[in-house]
Amino acid sequence: MLLVQLLTGLSSAASLFLVAAGLTVIFGVTRVVNFSHGSLTMLGAYIGWSVLTRLPRGPEWFVLGIVLTGLATAAIGVVLETLLLRRIYRAPELLQLLFTFGIVLVVQDAALWIWGANDLPLPRAPWLRAFVVIAGERVPQYDLILIAVGPLVLGALWLLFTRTRWGILVRAATQDRDMVAALGVDQKRLFTSVFALGAGLAGIGGALALPDASANLQIDLNIITDAFVVVVVGGLGSLPGAFLASVMIGVLQSFGIVLIPQGTLVIVFVIMAGVLVVRPNGLLGTAPSAVHGEAASFAPIRPAVPLLRWIGGAGLAIAALAPLVAGPFALSVLTEMAIAVLFAASLHFMMGPGGMASFGHAAWFGIGAYAAAFAVKGAGMGGLVLAPIVAGLAAALFGWFVVRLSGVYLAMLTLAFAQIVWAAMFQAVDLTGGDNGILGVWPAPWAADRRVFYWLTLALCVGGALLLRRILYAPFGYALRAARDSALRAEAIGLDAGRLRLAAFVIAGAAAGLAGGLSAFSKGSVFPGFVSIARSVDGLLMVLLGGVQTIAGPIIGAIAYTGLFDLLLLVTDFWRAALGMAIVVLVLAFPHGIAGTLHRAWLRGRPA
Amino acid sequence: MTLTRRSALAAAGLLAAPAIVRAQGNTPIRIGEINSYTAAPAFTLPYRNGWQLAVEQVNAAGGVLGRKIEVISRDDAGRPPDAIRLAGELLDDQKVDLFAGSFLSNIGLALSDVAKQRKKLFVGGEPLTDAMVWEAGHRYCYRLRPSTYMQAAMLVDDAAKLNAKRWVTVSPNYEYGQSVVKWFKLMLAKKQPGVEFVAEQWPALGKIDAGATVAALAAAKPDAILNATFGPDLTNFVRQGNTRGLFEGRGVVSVLTGEPEYLGPLADETPEGWIVTGYPVESLTDPANTAFIAAYKARFNELPKMGSVVGHALISSIVAGIAKAGSVDTEKMADGFAGASFDTPFGKAAWRAQDHQGTLGTYVGKTALKDGKGVMVNWRYVDGAAALPSDDEVKKMRPA
Repeated sequence: MLLVQLLTGLSSAASLFLVAAGLTVIFGVTRVVNFSHGSLTMLGAYIGWSVLTRLPRGPEWFVLGIVLTGLATAAIGVVLETLLLRRIYRAPELLQLLFTFGIVLVVQDAALWIWGANDLPLPRAPWLRAFVVIAGERVPQYDLILIAVGPLVLGALWLLFTRTRWGILVRAATQDRDMVAALGVDQKRLFTSVFALGAGLAGIGGALALPDASANLQIDLNIITDAFVVVVVGGLGSLPGAFLASVMIGVLQSFGIVLIPQGTLVIVFVIMAGVLVVRPNGLLGTAPSAVHGEAASFAPIRPAVPLLRWIGGAGLAIAALAPLVAGPFALSVLTEMAIAVLFAASLHFMMGPGGMASFGHAAWFGIGAYAAAFAVKGAGMGGLVLAPIVAGLAAALFGWFVVRLSGVYLAMLTLAFAQIVWAAMFQAVDLTGGDNGILGVWPAPWAADRRVFYWLTLALCVGGALLLRRILYAPFGYALRAARDSALRAEAIGLDAGRLRLAAFVIAGAAAGLAGGLSAFSKGSVFPGFVSIARSVDGLLMVLLGGVQTIAGPIIGAIAYTGLFDLLLLVTDFWRAALGMAIVVLVLAFPHGIAGTLHRAWLRGRPA
Repeated sequence: MTLTRRSALAAAGLLAAPAIVRAQGNTPIRIGEINSYTAAPAFTLPYRNGWQLAVEQVNAAGGVLGRKIEVISRDDAGRPPDAIRLAGELLDDQKVDLFAGSFLSNIGLALSDVAKQRKKLFVGGEPLTDAMVWEAGHRYCYRLRPSTYMQAAMLVDDAAKLNAKRWVTVSPNYEYGQSVVKWFKLMLAKKQPGVEFVAEQWPALGKIDAGATVAALAAAKPDAILNATFGPDLTNFVRQGNTRGLFEGRGVVSVLTGEPEYLGPLADETPEGWIVTGYPVESLTDPANTAFIAAYKARFNELPKMGSVVGHALISSIVAGIAKAGSVDTEKMADGFAGASFDTPFGKAAWRAQDHQGTLGTYVGKTALKDGKGVMVNWRYVDGAAALPSDDEVKKMRPA
């Protein structure tokens, strides 16, 4: 039985490795955290299905179909890169993430439109159903083929990267792309070809998984999280690392299923958290070399000009008076916007001035919401006080591990912690009601009137956001930004960077917790979805849409995103495509976020 | 896009209605509808066809209480908080008279809680959780489909006949899956003392690691298997199970697998002889079913799926309830729905007064292969009323 589980784990590692290899190569060269890589895998599965169902069923035709699929997704990758991604290489890294997320949404609806809603299983030819008896147990022959494919692809890539001129250029660009550009290498072509290679690998990975599964619309988000985990555990940009990590995760997962069947939700994330705590740069990763001129891209934050203050004040006055005219539903949207503003502001506090991008900010939001829901029986609305405290304490606990990391590693560790929290809420059915959530968390009678609750929410959220802003202009805020821009210099003048970052982490966590507590009361319920990846992504989208580098950014982003989402959900069936396109267009139009771009336009022609 | 075009047509049809109706000021009865259209399209798109067909039929026959009906539909994207918000939008801005729908159990419960808080009627279609009518049941919530308890009860007789001693279970790790396994274990142990459950697998919904799951189940050397996975998970599970011989010489009891939306993708790999609940759409011959299938085919040019039946019956059940209540006043409907009987594609069904559960049943049969496609054979219809616990037991579970 041990042997069977080992082989099963190795075979599932193979297709994971193909997808992760593409992702890590693309990241290494272009530094784009490509969220749409999962979409390319999904397209690979769908295109593979369309091709393979039209070909004869022999093994040689299967191979041909897989190769064709790889070429097709590579071509799609080229189109994506030249038409869209190329325009945003100069934009901040995280904005690229937002951009690729927009592509994910569009591709999802496009696939739904082209291939329909039903899962498309590939009819398996007899040779795909065959098995081999090993140690008295049946092992699928196709599993053994996959086990061989992994190392073969690794070997081929290794040859490509070490024995060809192109490979050498790619490796050079991975190490220092500015230097490669300075030496006269055509970066555009290099990037396009790397993207094509990555997209092709993703497509092949998707198509190779077909005989064991089906082409369906969930592939993209399912695979992208796993692939990210593999890339990060292995060390960003490291191919052997990705291989090692995929094997490790595949095998541990398949044994984990036997030992703790209830734990399938988190095994992957527990592994990642463990690895990152011990090895902050992944298994085979190296400490990231400083990207030239990065610190300069963060302009110092200045107090708002009087005009902006007037606009902000007017907006606040309108928001405060809105209940006098707004209908009940409009009011619930406004409540939601107010909560989103605090949530986004707290994330921005970490990401912008704190320099710590988080993929798991929903953890604190969710912990706050659950704390409020637990407390509601005993303390009623008093739970609102508890929400930020509990969330802050949890943030302090996790933060201790998190702040020692940086960049994408830090972001992924926060994601891992968020997923562990999510699984705990999901799994502790007796305590949290599992996915049924906790219902009946309605506000106390004095705040039950929606207008009163809205004013309460507005006061707490705007108050919270203003407090966060105040902290940024206090000495603590300046120290925090010093630690972000140059940890070395900050420490040289006596600032404890680690402690500053931890404090920022806890403050951001507590603020997010308050937002979560308010959200629990406004919905009358709490669900594990409050801690989900989707919620964290929502937060990221708001901050990035608004602009990381201005303080007004997250506020504008939160309002724009919530409004856009609610509007689209009501008016169109294809809201995902519409939202995705809106994001893509917004990023192209506002490469520094809405507020950031307006800020630049404002500064133009004025002395700095 | 089709939806908007259709609603435009419906609106045009409404304007063209006889002037006399308009003169009476008879505005349509507004039914809010929320479902996970983008999150679970395989079920919900046929479901939408089903309710659209029913709305057209009801309005062609003159509507109810002399008024047409109109459905305002929303997509909750599979997220309970969005569903709650949209319910607010439907109640407050769209001024619907009642709301209905839902697919996932947790969203069904969340919407039911909104109904309780707002004192508005909610009619759940597909969510299978027992809590909706029992532990968390209340005056303003009705639910149509056979619950997890009922599904388990329908299967347990045949399961006991397998006379298997060692059982394993595989079930998606959320309310529906947990509830199926809980009831099945309890009921089977009562029917067949000495039965053992030797292993369980809880894959995350939509993320089964099928090879490892199958190998883990096989390692427990079971005599029989209970499966509650569906959709893509089921396809992956069956493929690995077939190759690895998990199902050979073992009885398998499987919830929902006979529904066309889940049986279809299994195609020529459909395992034979599984005991399943489902909808044998190809082989039904009774008048109610054939009439529905013919009308559906004429309208959408494809065979209906289980979702289509649920969508259609949902509208019928609401119309019958409104007719019996004689009003769209919430309190009158909350009382009046109880005991209302309605026609469904599966025959007559009714709303139970005691717990607001619909008595719509489902088909129990075995899977088989026919011309490279999975079908249900040796099926029988089990009325929902026959698969429910005694009134006393329900009373104990449902708060007054």
